[in-house]
This record gives sequence, structure tokens and C-alpha cells, in this order.
Amino acid sequence: MSRRHGLVLGRGIGLAFVAISIALTAPARSQPGPLAAQGCLGCHGPNGAGSGGIPGLAGRDPSELATAMAAFRANDRPATIMNRVARGYTEAEIAAVVAYFAGMQ
Amino acid sequence: MTTLLRRSLFTASAILCAPALSRAQGQARLLVIGGGFGGASAASFARRSYPWLDVTLVEPQPRFITCPYGNLVIVSEKPIEEITHGYDGLRARGVRVIQDWAEEIDPIARRVRLREGDALLYDRLILSPGIAIRFGAIEGYDEVAAGVMPHAWTAGDGAQMLLLRRQLEAMPDGGVVGLASPPNPFRCPPGPYERISMIAHYLKRHKPRSKILALDAKDVFSKQALFQDGWSALYPGMIEWVPLAGDGRVVRVDAREGVLETEFGTRHRVHVGNVIPPQSAARIASASGLTDRTGWVPVNTRTFEAQAAPGVHVIGDANTLGPMPKSGFVANSTAKQAVASAAALLRGETAPEGVYFNTCYSHVGAEFGISVVNIFRPSADGMGITEVPNSGGVSPRGDLPEQRRLEAGYADAWYTSITADMFR
Repeated sequence: MSRRHGLVLGRGIGLAFVAISIALTAPARSQPGPLAAQGCLGCHGPNGAGSGGIPGLAGRDPSELATAMAAFRANDRPATIMNRVARGYTEAEIAAVVAYFAGMQ
Repeated sequence: MTTLLRRSLFTASAILCAPALSRAQGQARLLVIGGGFGGASAASFARRSYPWLDVTLVEPQPRFITCPYGNLVIVSEKPIEEITHGYDGLRARGVRVIQDWAEEIDPIARRVRLREGDALLYDRLILSPGIAIRFGAIEGYDEVAAGVMPHAWTAGDGAQMLLLRRQLEAMPDGGVVGLASPPNPFRCPPGPYERISMIAHYLKRHKPRSKILALDAKDVFSKQALFQDGWSALYPGMIEWVPLAGDGRVVRVDAREGVLETEFGTRHRVHVGNVIPPQSAARIASASGLTDRTGWVPVNTRTFEAQAAPGVHVIGDANTLGPMPKSGFVANSTAKQAVASAAALLRGETAPEGVYFNTCYSHVGAEFGISVVNIFRPSADGMGITEVPNSGGVSPRGDLPEQRRLEAGYADAWYTSITADMFR
């Protein structure tokens, strides 16, 4: 058997060991909220608190946010960029993002 | 089993078990190379979202100067201090910041060699090294020439931006500013055209008889119609844009004589020359065998692991992602996906489904902003990437002063938000 094969086999054993070790030591799964919401922060500010002329999202009424996003998607609401943004996300993603920001203080 | 096989098994197991041992003692090691839009975003997001990760950031500069808003510094609309960011906020989040050059990655040993300090071991690596200027791609344009005709396309310590600013200030009224734009792909697709706009904005106020000769290695560019509409409205007669098809590609530079020479031998003498040359991934990517023949790093579009090195997640301008632009926002967005993927893979879980977001604002004049929005998704197998149909796009055309005014303000707010996301 060549050295290359030996390395591949060795890596498999190593990974198995790693997996066992993680199961024993890693804390419970914790997700940072929906990753789609992270895209909002680049303009709407840390924690969705708003920035300059860009409104805050944190703690807003969820139905207000959901209605606004649906209107942006349908081009039923005046917008500078949010109409272009809203059409990029699925309804499920928007619902998760709305719940995430509505739940923040 | 042969002796050779036993020895290699032992070696490989010893190396690969090292991460497990470190985790048993506490935390998995996430090493981040590069403290710019990708790397700083990754380090901050990792500490905020996965407190069980031990995060180290290696960056040679003590402070980061952003390329975004650099075009406003070049024309004295902003002091450079306003686009300079330190790493104390990341330190306060628990990121260990090491000021050093990362020289080379050994993805098998999971070790990074530093120029000055001891080598670092990692369990997962986020590599966000940025770009290298391809000196020599334009004949006569080397590092010495860049000291005469700045590129101002990597910020570094800010010297290139400030050199271009001084040259614009020293230029006589009636002078010609020559600007050479590169072929695709390159860092910040709308950047050269925002720069042209900002230089025109400066010249109109301070040296109104001057001209801008914009020589381009492309026939089309980002937000082209919006930029050109803005140029006609705000700076009539000041900007001459020469596309590739009109002999716009600069192939030779004589920095001392102030000459930009194009493909078919036309020699343009300029008072200020700003040469934005072809680019590649930064040196560590090629030195570590991660780049392909294009000079960029092909990656898995879902985990951002280099195709040549699993465990090394390459983000920011150094990777190659088909239709995605090399922008600060994309670096920020994909940094989070890369960190989330690294965290999932460390725990034996699958990487999350990705959705990547981009908004690039450009200033065309005072209270005159335009933008492009993109939303991208990776294919399930991580081999491709597509823009979501019927989404995103550029600002509407037309005489829309309120839209332009709002977008200029949103651009400022974006800058404040994204740099807070990176550095706090």
C-alpha cells in the first residue's frame, strides 16, 4: 500500500476520533438566528437598531414588518432599494427574519 | 501492514487528533487570516454567535483602512481617519489579535507559518487575504511606478490614497487626469467609476478647466448607464470614457514621462495618472497552492472551503464565485456563511443553506447616490452559484433627485453599519 493510501486511512481514523470528542465536549447546538437576517445588519445597523436615515427593525411589530416586506415584494409600496431586496428572499425566509427582529429589544 | 503504512497512520492520526485534544481542553480553534471586510466580519460574527469558538485574527496592519469611501478621501471629502478602524473592539469581544504576516498555510498539518511569531495551529481556518496587484501585467507598471502613478486600489497604510490626493491637489487647472481601469474580475466593480465621479466632483469645484481621460480594458461596466447619466448631468464635457473597443486598454506605462499607452500604440500624456492594474488573490493564497491558473481561489460555494484544501474557508476578494462581485458587502455576507459552515462542520453537522446578500452604493456627486442589489444562492452541491431571478438590480434611471439623495444618505448609513458589524 502506498503512503498516500496510508494517509487517507489515517485521516478517516482521525476524523472518527474528532467526531467522538466533539460529541462529548461541544455545547448544545446554538444558532445565531436566521443567517438571512445577517444581511439586513449591513445597512440596518448592529442588532437591527437602525443607522442614520435607515430605520431600525428590532422590536417592531411583526405584522407591520411582514406587511411592509410583502408590499415591497409586490412593488406596492414606494421604495429606494427595499423592493429590489425583498424579491430575493422566500416567504419562509422573510417570516423567519421578521420573527427574529420582532423578538429583539 | 507495512512499517511505512503504520508510520504514516500514526503521523496522520497524531496530526488530526490534535484539534480534538484542544477541544477536550475547552474550545475549538478558529484562525482568521486578514482583518478586512471578510476577516473582521468573520471574527466578530464567530465570537458573537459561537462563544465556544476560540478565535484568533492575524493581520499585519495595526489598523484597517477601508477601500469603500476611499474615493471620498482621495478628493478631500473625508479625512482618512474617518475610514480607519482599529481592532480594540474585536479584542474586547475576546478575539486574540496578532499583528504579523501569515506567510504560508499547511492544510494537512493545519498550521500557519507567520513571518515573525510562532506558527499557529487551527481546527478551521478562515482565509480572507484580499488581493495582490499584478505588477508587470501592464508593461512598466511596477512598485516603483506605483510610487509615481498610484493605483490606490489596496489601502494598506493609506499611502497610495494620500499620494493620489496630493497629486490631484498639485495639478494645475486645465490638467488631464488619466485613469486606467482593469479587465474583469477585479476588486469593487463600480469602484473605478465612483472614483472618476469623485475626481470630477473635485475638479468641477477647484479646477474646472481640467479633464478626465478614463481608459478602460472593458466595453461595459457596473451601473454604467446610471454613472454615465450622472456624468452628463453633473460634469458635462469633463469625462472622456474610452472603452476597450475604442482602444481603451492600457498596456504600457511610462510613469516618469506621465504616459499611458494603449493597445494600438496611442500614447496619452497625463498630469496625474491613476493606474488600476489587473489583480489576483493575495500572495499567501498562491504560496499555499490554493489558486487556480486564473490567480483566484476556487471554493465550495456553500462552505467556502478551498477546492484544494478542505478546512480552509476562503472568503472576500481572493476567491472566485462566478457572478458574485468582489465587494465589501459580499465579503461580510459570505464571512458569516463560512463561519457558520466551519462551526457546523466542527460539530459534525452539515453546513447551512446559503443566501448571500450584496448592496453596493456609489457616490456620483453631492447628494447623488446609486446602487446595485444582488441576492445569490449556492447550488446544493456547492459547485455553482446563481443570482435569484427577478430580484436585485440597479437603481432606476431618470431624473430622480429624491431617489439619488436618499441613496447617498443610505450609503453613509451602510458604511456606519457594516464597519460596526465588523469591528465592534
